[in-house]
This record gives sequence, C-alpha cells and structure tokens, in this order.
Amino acid sequence: MSQPRVLVIGGGLAGLSATMRLAELGIGVDLVSLVPVKRSHSVCAQGGINSVNSLTRQQGDSEWKHFDDTVYGGDFLQHQPPVKEMAEWGPRIIDLMDRLGVPFNRTPEGFRDQRRFGGTLYKRTAFAGATTGQQLLYALDEQVRRYEVEGKVKKWEFWDFLEPVLDESGRCRGAICQDLVTMQFRAFPADAVILASGGCGLLYGRSTMSMVCTGSAVSRAYQSGAAYGNGEFIQVHPTAIPGADKLRLMSESARGEGGRVWVPRIPQDSRDPRQIPEAERCYFLEERYPKYGNLVPRDIATREIFDICTNEGLSVEKDRLCVYLDLTHLSRETLDRKLGGILEIYEKFQGVDPRSVPMKIFPAVHYSMGGLWVDYERSGSGGMVEGSPRNHQTTIPGLYAIGECDYQYHGANRLGANSLLSCIFSGLFVAPSVISSFDLARGWGGGGHSGQVFERATGRQEERHESFLSRRGGRENPYSLHGELGDIMTRAATVVRRNDQLRKAYDDVCRLEERWRECSLSDTGNWTNQNVVFTKSLGDMFPIAKVILKGALLRDECRGAHYKPEFAMPGIAATSPDEQRREAEAWCDRFERNTAKWLKSSIAKVGPDGHPEISYEDVDSSLIPPRPRLYGLVGAELIEEVWKERQAARTPASAEAAGRQPMTVGAG
Amino acid sequence: MIRAVETDVAATDADSSVAVKTIRVRVLRQDAPGRESYWERHDVPYEPNMNIISVLQKIAAKATSADGRAVPPVAWDCSCLEEVCGSCTMLVNGRTRMACSALVDKLLVENADEIVIEPMTKFPVVRDLVVDRRRLFRSLERVKAWVPVDGSYDQGPGPRISPKEQEDAYPLSTCISCGCCLEACPQFTKIEVIRRDDESQEEFDARRKAAFDKGFLGAHAISQAMLFNAHPTGGMIADERLKAVTSQGGIQMCGNAQNCVAVCPKQIPLTRSIARAGRAATLWAIKRLFDR
Ligand SMILES: Cc1cc2nc3c(=O)[nH]c(=O)nc-3n(C[C@H](O)[C@H](O)[C@H](O)COP(=O)(O)OP(=O)(O)OC[C@H]3O[C@@H](n4cnc5c(N)ncnc54)[C@H](O)[C@@H]3O)c2cc1C
Ligand code: SF4
Ligand code: SF4
Ligand code: FES
Repeated sequence: MSQPRVLVIGGGLAGLSATMRLAELGIGVDLVSLVPVKRSHSVCAQGGINSVNSLTRQQGDSEWKHFDDTVYGGDFLQHQPPVKEMAEWGPRIIDLMDRLGVPFNRTPEGFRDQRRFGGTLYKRTAFAGATTGQQLLYALDEQVRRYEVEGKVKKWEFWDFLEPVLDESGRCRGAICQDLVTMQFRAFPADAVILASGGCGLLYGRSTMSMVCTGSAVSRAYQSGAAYGNGEFIQVHPTAIPGADKLRLMSESARGEGGRVWVPRIPQDSRDPRQIPEAERCYFLEERYPKYGNLVPRDIATREIFDICTNEGLSVEKDRLCVYLDLTHLSRETLDRKLGGILEIYEKFQGVDPRSVPMKIFPAVHYSMGGLWVDYERSGSGGMVEGSPRNHQTTIPGLYAIGECDYQYHGANRLGANSLLSCIFSGLFVAPSVISSFDLARGWGGGGHSGQVFERATGRQEERHESFLSRRGGRENPYSLHGELGDIMTRAATVVRRNDQLRKAYDDVCRLEERWRECSLSDTGNWTNQNVVFTKSLGDMFPIAKVILKGALLRDECRGAHYKPEFAMPGIAATSPDEQRREAEAWCDRFERNTAKWLKSSIAKVGPDGHPEISYEDVDSSLIPPRPRLYGLVGAELIEEVWKERQAARTPASAEAAGRQPMTVGAG
Repeated sequence: MIRAVETDVAATDADSSVAVKTIRVRVLRQDAPGRESYWERHDVPYEPNMNIISVLQKIAAKATSADGRAVPPVAWDCSCLEEVCGSCTMLVNGRTRMACSALVDKLLVENADEIVIEPMTKFPVVRDLVVDRRRLFRSLERVKAWVPVDGSYDQGPGPRISPKEQEDAYPLSTCISCGCCLEACPQFTKIEVIRRDDESQEEFDARRKAAFDKGFLGAHAISQAMLFNAHPTGGMIADERLKAVTSQGGIQMCGNAQNCVAVCPKQIPLTRSIARAGRAATLWAIKRLFDR
C-alpha cells in the first residue's frame, strides 16, 4: 500500500467526523456501514449537544465546569484528561457544526439559542428543533458525500464488519467484511482500522436504540482480543413508550412541564384511567419524594417506576409493565405550545392523544457507558496530547475505537446531550492520532505473508457462514432466542441489580448460547439473507452480555447507573444532632473506603474458555478529587459539611495527588 | 393527519373489543433482481398497538405462510423504528409510507379484510421489500447538497442567521431520504441497470451513474438545492446548483402534479421548494443571457 488508507467501521456521528477529518488530511478512507450512513442511529438523538458558550461564560461557566459536571455526573469513573480535552473542544465543535449548516435554533438577534439540560446549572445545550442528532448527522454526511465525489472516500453501505485481521505481532492490518446484498466476503487491508459502531441496546431485546445497535462489531473486536471497559454501566431512561417492536423515548420535558406519574391503587384496575378517582390513584413519586415530586433525578425515577411494577405488582397492565404519565390536567394550548413535538411521537406510534388520555410509559435501556477500552496520552496541562498514536487505540495496536462504542468519557453515568459531543470530538481527535500510527506500522505488507493472513481470515469467515447455512434440523429459532436474551438481561442487569439474580442470569445466558448453536435458519440462500446476518449478530451478543453480567456481579457497590440495594449507602436516620453527626462521619468513612476499593474501571478480556476475565484499572482522577453524589439523600447537607471539613484538612495531600501520572492497563 | 381516524382508546387498548384476532397479510415477494414477483399470504396474530414492522417481525419469526408452507422470511429494511432514519419505505395498502409508523389498528379501519404490503416500484427490487435507493443519494451529489466550507479547522462560528431563516430552513433539513416523494411522482420513473458479465464493478458503477444522471432529480433533491442556496455560505455556489437543477433531468421535468408533497412523511413543503427553484432558474437563465 503506497497511499495510506484507513478503514472506518460505522458512519454515525463518530465515524463520519473521523472520515471527514481523515479525508481532509489527505488519507483515503473506506467507510463501512450496515445501513446507509445517513440512516445511522445518531439520527434519533433529539435533545441537543453540550458546550460552554459565550453566554454561559458570562454567567460564570467555563470549560472546567463542563468537565467537572461530566465527571461528577459520571460518578468519577472516567480518566479525567480525555474529558477535560473534550470539554475544551466543545465550543470549537459547535462552531464547526454551525459552519457546516446545522440549523441550530436562533435567538431574535440571530445567535445560537441554548437550553438547559440535566446535571448542570447552565444553558449549555445547543439544539436544532427536536432532531438535533439528525441535523448534526446530516451535516457530516453532506461533507463526506462531498469527499466521496472527489474520490477521497469510498462508502461500503449494507456491509457487515466481521473481524479485524491481525498480523503475527498482533497489530491490526485491516478487516474482513461481508456484502449484505450479495453475501460476498471481502478483505480490506488498511493502515489502521477505526471502529465507530455505536451502542449495543439490542442485547436487551428492545431499547430506545435502533435495530442496527447490535454491538456485533464491538463484540467481534473483543473476541479477537480487544479489552472491554466498564461493561456493567448501562443507562436506563425513566420514561419510554413501550412498543411491541421498540421502546421509544419520551423526553424528560414531559415531567418538566408538569406531567404526573401514577398507578391505580387497585392492581391492574381495568377502568378507563380518566374514570379512576384521585383517591384511588397512587402518585408514588410525589408521595415518596415530596420535595422533588415527579422531577426526581433520572436514576431515582427509573428505580421507583421499576419497583412499583415489579415488586409491588402495581403495573397498569398485567402482561406489560407500565405506569401512567399524565398530562391531561394541563391545557391543550399549553401542551401544544411547550411539548408539541414529543406528544406527536406518542400520538403517531400509539394512536392515542396524550392530551386527553394518560400516556403509558416504562423505563428503557438507553445508552452504554461501557465499551472498548481505549488508551490516551496525557499532556502536561492535564489534557490529551494531540496526535499521539495512543489516543483512542484499543488494546490491539492499529485498531481504534470512537463514539458510543468506546468507554472513555461518561464513566458510570452519562449526562444528557454529552454523547453527541463525545462522538464528534473523538471522531475529529482520532484522525491525527491514526495518522501518526502509520509510522509504527511500517515494515509489513511488502512480503507474501500479508496476503496469507487475509486469505486465512476470509476462509475462516466463509466456513463459519457456510456452517450456518448448512445446519439442518436445529430446533432453535434465532428470533425467539433473542427475545429470551432480552428478557434475561432486562430483568437482571438494568435498574436494580442483585447478586443472586446476576449469577443466575449469567448461567442462563451461557445456556442460551448453547441453544443458539442449535439454531437452524429458515433462509439458506445466499442473496440478501437477513436471517443469517441476524443469527450471527445474535451469537455475538452473548460474549458482551456475559461481560455486562460478570462486571455487574463483581461490582459490590452503587455507582452511577449501577445500583445494588445490598450495598446502598442510606442517608441519615438519627434525629439527635450528635447521632446525626456521628452518622455523617460514618457515612464519609464508608464513602472513602468504598472509593479506595471501587473507584476502578472493570476491564474484561475474553478468556481461553470464552468466559470474560475481569481485572481493574485505576482511574486518573488527579484533576478533580472524587466527592460524594448526595442528590436526594436524607441528611445530604450534614454529610456535605463533614465532607468539606475533611477535604479542607487534607488540601496539601490532594495537591500532591494532582502530579500523579495516569495509570492505565499494561497493554498500552 | 393523525386525527383523520379517531380510533377510540378503548378499542385500541383492550384486546377484547377488537373483532380481528388474526390479521391477514398479503406480501408481494421477489427472490432477487430480475426474478418474477409473487404474492404470499401470511396470518399474523393480532395484538394491540402493532405497526407494520412488528407484523413483519412476526412473519420472519414464524417463517410459515398462511397455507402452512415453510418459507424464507420476508426481507425488509428498517432501523430507527421512529420514522427518522428513512429506511422502511414500502407500499402498504397501495400507499407509499413508512412501515414503522403505519399502525395496524388504523390500517384495519381502512380495510379490515387484509393488509397488502409491496415494495416501492420506482427503485429496483433487491429482494422482497428491500429496494436499491442509491439513485436518491446520487441526486444529492448532482445538486451539491452541502455547504462548501474551507475545511474543519476552527474558523469561529458560522454566519448569523435570523430565527425566520432558521424556521424556513429547518423543515427542509428534516428530509429523511425515504423516497416517498419519488415513488409518488409521475415524472420519476424506474431506472434499473443490470451488470453485464464482461463488466468490471467500476465500469458498471460508471454506467449506472450515467443512467441515473439522465433521469429526473426528484423533489427531494430540488428541495435540498433550495435549502443550501438559502444558506449564506451554501449560497456561494448557488449557480452550480441552479445549473444542475436546470440541466437534463432537472426541474423542467416536473409536471407540478404535487403528488410528492401529499405523501411526504415529514410534511416538507416540497411544492414551495419547487416553485422557488423554478423562479430562481428563470432568473438565472435571464442573468446568463445578459452575462454572455
Ligand atoms: C432515542 C435516543 C435519543 C438520544 N438523544 C441524545 C441527545 O439528545 N444528546 C446526546 O448527546 N446523545 C443522545 N443519545 C445518544 C446518542 O444518540 C448516541 O450515543 C450516538 O448517536 C452514537 O453515535 P455513534 O457515532 O457512536 O454511533 P451510531 O450513530 O450508532 O452509528 C453506528 C454506526 O456503526 C455501523 N455499524 C454497527 N455495527 C456494524 C457492523 N457490524 N458492521 C458495519 N457497520 C456497523 C452502523 O451502521 C452505524 O453507521 C440518544 C440516544 C437515543 C437512543
Ligand atoms: S410536483 Fe413535480 S416532483 Fe412533485 S410529484 Fe409532481 S412532478 Fe413529481
Ligand atoms: S422530501 Fe419527504 S418524501 Fe421526499 S425523501 Fe424527503 S422526507 Fe421522504
Ligand atoms: S425504521 Fe426508520 S423510518 Fe421507519
């Protein structure tokens, strides 16, 4: 290969921004995607994208505060330098997207308008109508189309990435992909491969994610030896519309505008909800959290809704878990003005008008904070060294990961509107890093052995493919197995996690994987065979499901989206001031012990027997010392007071900590 | 649009009050390009709140036709399931629409006897309901549907834009490239190019592109041309877009039948874009006359 070429897998926000940057820097790009890139899942994001801006700056905001909010929101489980770098790039990224023509909403004077999102005090979120993700994706898609016309980018749409190809030294030299129309295999030699394949919501059966979010590409990299970080952290959104095919997001703003969440006191009361008198309704959020009411933080709302349905049996319906989200007490005019767009979604897909009938909603899996482990090089100022070949490289040299499929930016919990930023940022930032890696990759490919490596890999994939097609008389149906996997994962590894359930779920998933080997296909042809493509990707869900379950089982604490009641740290129960003080001290002691033990990312590598082997990686929290998240806790003020006293007493020590070098797993 | 059929809540929410227990579905299938198409019947158990995607999912899982034969699952495209990715366009009961937002309860009100599902007719069938819509994206290349920025390095913010301009641009920018407008357009006719045995992939791609470039651009692309011409930076190559819009396969082919605007799932004001393009093209032609 004389001209350097990079293979990018996935054309969502992350893959497209990397492609655009690489093409601009003169690198040829092959861009592979399951669907036309313009149809990638990023198109679904509605809310917006975060960044400090000149307005918030004048209200006291700064890049540092955005960085701090992200780290605090993520319960400190992320290396801080990459997050700091991202927050600093935020303003530039919004400016760039603005120049690319994204129709951001405007102020009367013609500046970009901003709204406020969860987890911050500032109006940091730029938005374009109710379809920000779509608008950002289209702007990048248009630039990449322009490079395509110039011959700098070649798109391979309706292609499936099957495996990275590694040379004898373990460096990634390209990949094998399959054409989803002709079912032909093709080897893509490349100087580097970038995975930008998005989330893995389909592991949970139905989620708020698109049908292409199978996690298959990531799983294939993991099975080839790449490490997977923080798998157990899966964000569940409190309010989604349960559908037979998908759980569609219902924005938080419905509660923000006064929506009330309730269930009938009589289990599965069959009356029309409008006929159920007030006294026979249980407004459980308002009852349990009089101070915050329906606007409790996301994770609490999620847990309470889940609890009232599963543990108290008060789901509105018998066969389907859901609660009412009621807006009918608000005037039609207000609703149309403030919530028009999102109410139309409900109406369109449920065929029911939420202005006159309470909506039925339930929490749904929404985002994966975990993903492929990636490296970074820390700069002297505590950010990332631009252009370092280590940035975003997985444990396989030459294989990079960006966007939702890496584990880098969101720790234990992602803040709203931060993902679109991390996707575009990592895409732009990875390009020069990949280019510097070419030097390290020299000295291979000239000899005949390079061809052999690709031939062997292609042969392996062809054989695997044939074995699916020729398998006869199997008893199992891949679609129903997928349903079962979704049920197991949703029950054990979402909102509330218990060790006995996780252990059982792990065994169940292993059994399911065995049964998957017995799948027989109803389509054995070799033309647009969606049946075999789905069956393969189902098989690749099990390894990641096991990573999630094992990571969750081992993590005996509560952090961000990972909640185990057994290890929860309740607030203060005592009434006498002395007792209260003692409890607050004890709380802080326990918090410190827990931080020492668990402020670590889980790193999974596939073991020789196919089971994940999990180790832990220290987190570089040298810039902002970890502090407790106390939102909604009884006695929070007192605990905070004690905490601050301790911090003040310890200042010299934390200054010393700031000079510490980052610790990363050995694989570099 | 949504309120056209005011289905009673009780009827959609409670299984018992709906008479149908089995939905009869007829699907027009085709095994590969160039093959004969054929009808196949499927019975799908009724559930409340289904859409056409969940019907197709059930058909795929069962893989047995209504007369009890084991059949390969029907192939179709979908992804977002919330009418924003543009994947799942097909004809349902004869009308071009998005399968994910086509609700069974409403379709049964239209016709309780059966639901008929067919692939789009203006694009080559790949298999069953999957069609090849690359021509639609080629039209976007033809009209240079992008802002010609210098590059992605930091150059400060984009141009100031008034709320009015944003409100005009935003709806046009929500086009999901579904192709409904093309399916409904009498001027947009199918172009199917089959690869010859003696032809390389590159030769075939070039020949196909040339064939596309003779055909009508389509309402979606004309509308995108207007979107970018109205943008302060995009407008810097307005002439190039107008040239594309007035060349072979351009706006002169549009018969103003307005079918396109009636079927667009995003209610994009296509006829307004077409009218604007027509006016701009005329002015541009006059200007060129004087510039000569
Ligand atoms: C309903 C919803 C609303 C959201 N709203 C917001 C929001 O308001 N703000 C925010 O910041 N975040 C939001 N998010 C999160 C955000 O949308 C995603 O995290 C982000 O878009 C992911 O982008 P990506 O580029 O990493 O991947 P994606 O956009 O998912 O793209 C993945 C790409 O990889 C390709 N691919 C996958 N597997 C393979 C394979 N095996 N072979 C070949 N190609 C493959 C796909 O075809 C696709 O092109 C939302 C998420 C959801 C579900
Ligand atoms: S108005 Fe023009 S583009 Fe629209 S359907 Fe009619 S002929 Fe086609
Ligand atoms: S203009 Fe409307 S109908 Fe045409 S492709 Fe776009 S969204 Fe679809
Ligand atoms: S599946 Fe995306 S539009 Fe229907």
